Amino acid sequence: MDDMFKPSRRAFLRGSAAAAAGTVAGAAAAADGPDPLITELQDWASYTGVGVDETPYGMPISYESHVVRRNVEWLTASPISSINFTPIHALDGTITPQGCAFERHHSGAIELSKQDYRLMINGLVDEPLVFTYEDLERFPRENHVYFCECAANTGMEWAGAQLNGVQFTHGMIHNMEYTGVPLRTILNEAGLGAAGDLSDKWVFVEGADASSNGRSIPMEKALDDVLVAFKANGEALRMEHGYPVRLVVPGWEGNMWVKWLRRIEVTDMAVEGREETSKYTDVLEDGTARKWTWVMDAKSVITSPSPQSPVGHGPGPLVISGLAWSGHGQITRVDVSKDGGITWETARLGKQGDTKALTRFYLDTEWDGSDMLLQSRAIDETGYVQPTKEQLREKRGENSVYHNNCIQTWYVNAQGIAENVEVS
Amino acid sequence: MSKSPNLFIPVAGGIALVLGVAYGVTSRGYGSDEIATLETRVQQAATQASSAAEKAAAEAARALELEQVVAEIQAAAATRVAGGSFVEPVPDRDDRYGLGRPAMEQEIAAWDVDVLPDGRGLPVGSGDVWTGEEVFVDQCAACHGDFAEGVDNWPVLAGGFDTLANEDPVKTVGSYWPYLSTVWDYVHRSMPFGAAGTLTADETYAITAYILYSNYLVEDDFVLSNETFADVEMPNADGFIIDDRPEAEYAEWSGEPCMENCKDEVEITMRSVFLVETPPEGGSESVMNPATIEGLPSFTAAGPSFVTEAAVQAEEEAAAPAVQEVAAVDDGAALIEAGEKVFRKCSACHDIGDGAKNKVGPHLTGIMGRTMGAVDGFKYSNGFVDANAEGKVWTAESMAAFLEKPKDFMKGTRMAFAGLRKEEDVTAINAYLASFGD
Repeated sequence: MDDMFKPSRRAFLRGSAAAAAGTVAGAAAAADGPDPLITELQDWASYTGVGVDETPYGMPISYESHVVRRNVEWLTASPISSINFTPIHALDGTITPQGCAFERHHSGAIELSKQDYRLMINGLVDEPLVFTYEDLERFPRENHVYFCECAANTGMEWAGAQLNGVQFTHGMIHNMEYTGVPLRTILNEAGLGAAGDLSDKWVFVEGADASSNGRSIPMEKALDDVLVAFKANGEALRMEHGYPVRLVVPGWEGNMWVKWLRRIEVTDMAVEGREETSKYTDVLEDGTARKWTWVMDAKSVITSPSPQSPVGHGPGPLVISGLAWSGHGQITRVDVSKDGGITWETARLGKQGDTKALTRFYLDTEWDGSDMLLQSRAIDETGYVQPTKEQLREKRGENSVYHNNCIQTWYVNAQGIAENVEVS
Repeated sequence: MSKSPNLFIPVAGGIALVLGVAYGVTSRGYGSDEIATLETRVQQAATQASSAAEKAAAEAARALELEQVVAEIQAAAATRVAGGSFVEPVPDRDDRYGLGRPAMEQEIAAWDVDVLPDGRGLPVGSGDVWTGEEVFVDQCAACHGDFAEGVDNWPVLAGGFDTLANEDPVKTVGSYWPYLSTVWDYVHRSMPFGAAGTLTADETYAITAYILYSNYLVEDDFVLSNETFADVEMPNADGFIIDDRPEAEYAEWSGEPCMENCKDEVEITMRSVFLVETPPEGGSESVMNPATIEGLPSFTAAGPSFVTEAAVQAEEEAAAPAVQEVAAVDDGAALIEAGEKVFRKCSACHDIGDGAKNKVGPHLTGIMGRTMGAVDGFKYSNGFVDANAEGKVWTAESMAAFLEKPKDFMKGTRMAFAGLRKEEDVTAINAYLASFGD
């Protein structure tokens, strides 16, 4: 217990010394005289505020209205078959609020009610079954926090620094606490006797929307940690995330997290649908392509400072913060470099991350006001170290589109302005 | 905490058994025969006792082993609890919960329509190339082009052979897709965009045949059916390998990484191609980044080679080409071209050009210099009806005023557009509109 207090006592002492020396940057003590925000009676301190009936379901205060999902129009042919990006530059902690968590639809987000919802399980099962939404709520359920990352996250950056904003380079990710029934419970309910030897069997999952997005999942994963989820962050899934029911496939690419899940089919081979052959396969330099690249490897990025979140103060204390994650398990360490990878310091993990969930890291540092090349590097429980862009290109070329987990560099100049760059 | 008391019960039981036998022998009086018998029994008991002792020892060892296993599991759980990730899983059970109801055959037939690479799942049916062309032009060409070449950003379905190793690979059905089943399955299940699931089996065979023909994979007299399906060979069938990252990458990219003096010098080799503006109303606007890598510091372990005077200089650099850009678009054609881009914001509702028709909004061909509210066959809001009666005319000025804040300029207009924020956009669109005479 004593240890807990030591850092804060030290920090307090250091803080008082600094205050005495008059060097605390950004202190709100105006040289021109007392602060009218303090000395004058403010409206909000005098008039009454908004009543409890005003907002039955609250939105963020208007001052935060810029913290929204954004798209990049020219990336796709139509916003109906497109993607937008989580404003990770403006978030902290690890949980992504549903309202600003990225969306990716192949045929638009649909409105499917719980009453109209049906889930079918068929194929190599003892008895094909149909469940209603209410049926799903009667199975024992679990809660887990997992990240969901689109395989194309950072995909635009393969051939060079492209988009100036971490929202756009790394925002195809969100992290929520899901409530759902293990897929194995549903599979057991239909009975896997008919499937015989499970080692070479697959589970094909399919959505109810017009794209009927379908993916094949090997049985081993299906019986492991996959969830049939209906709540996220404590409330119903949002329409854009698959209300009322989506699949959660921890650590694996977002396209497999089928939304509006309507059918589960046990098969003896992969279906090799459009989203697992023509898309979500990774072309290597020689033109051959990797398929079944499901796992999202360890990755991290500094969210602040970043182009959309410049340093707004002069030299002095600076919090460098970011996110790290791995589809192979827990993040055990994150290193940060301020000089483009010459020297590294180990960052502080805000909280030991859950397995296959976002981990927040902080480097609490003193900025001397000089230019910086900021980078972060994640290490996961398998000992895997996030690679540089050069390492990735050496193995895969520049045409893979998907699974770009390279180390990102932000150039921060003396004025605190940050830009997406590549370095030698 | 770390020991489970249950594990010690068999050990304690073994010891009690040995003590019990010894006590029984010493507490009674017997004759010689009986003594001989007793001796035998003592021997037996001794043997039993020794075997019991061995058993006890074995049990103790086993207990120790189990205790270690328990400790390991508990330590692992403790680590996970400390990490905040311990979840007590739902119980596994062999029997069913009895939830749901049996799926009916008609229901399975309606939803289970996927087709496997070996052709399982294909319905009986057929379609030829020429029928396919007709259906394709009708149902698919709006996005994919008459020859499956792709319109705008929509997928290209034909060609692209031998481009997979190029800088920009063209991944089409012919050049990339490994299985024909995928084409049939996707077209039938998920296409056409906006009317998925409406194609018959025969139409799907025909469209698939036409896509094959567009890729020079079949002749024009080819008929695709559930019978001929297996005859088609996909050129890139062998172009895929199963995920080899574990072998090709993971081992090499693991282990303790370098912490200091990892490089001698670092230089910025490339700056962001696009600058992305994020307007308060949402979305984003990207513009080319005019800045170069000139004048940026290099880095060594001692820090940056110099500290930039930074943004002032960068902003000047950024501003200079932008001015040139504006100057460049001042000459007619470029301005009209810029206007055409801005017009994309209007084109969802307004048509322009030869034969333009009224859509949600009136067509705009010849609008500059024309009386307001004057397009035949369009039902205007009252404001425009009045403006028309008053003989108000669309000029560069009135158009600019309208486009800046439509609802302020024309009370009650049904045009939902919020207005153009940038003056150069207004200038450009005026030029574009004016480029379409009567």
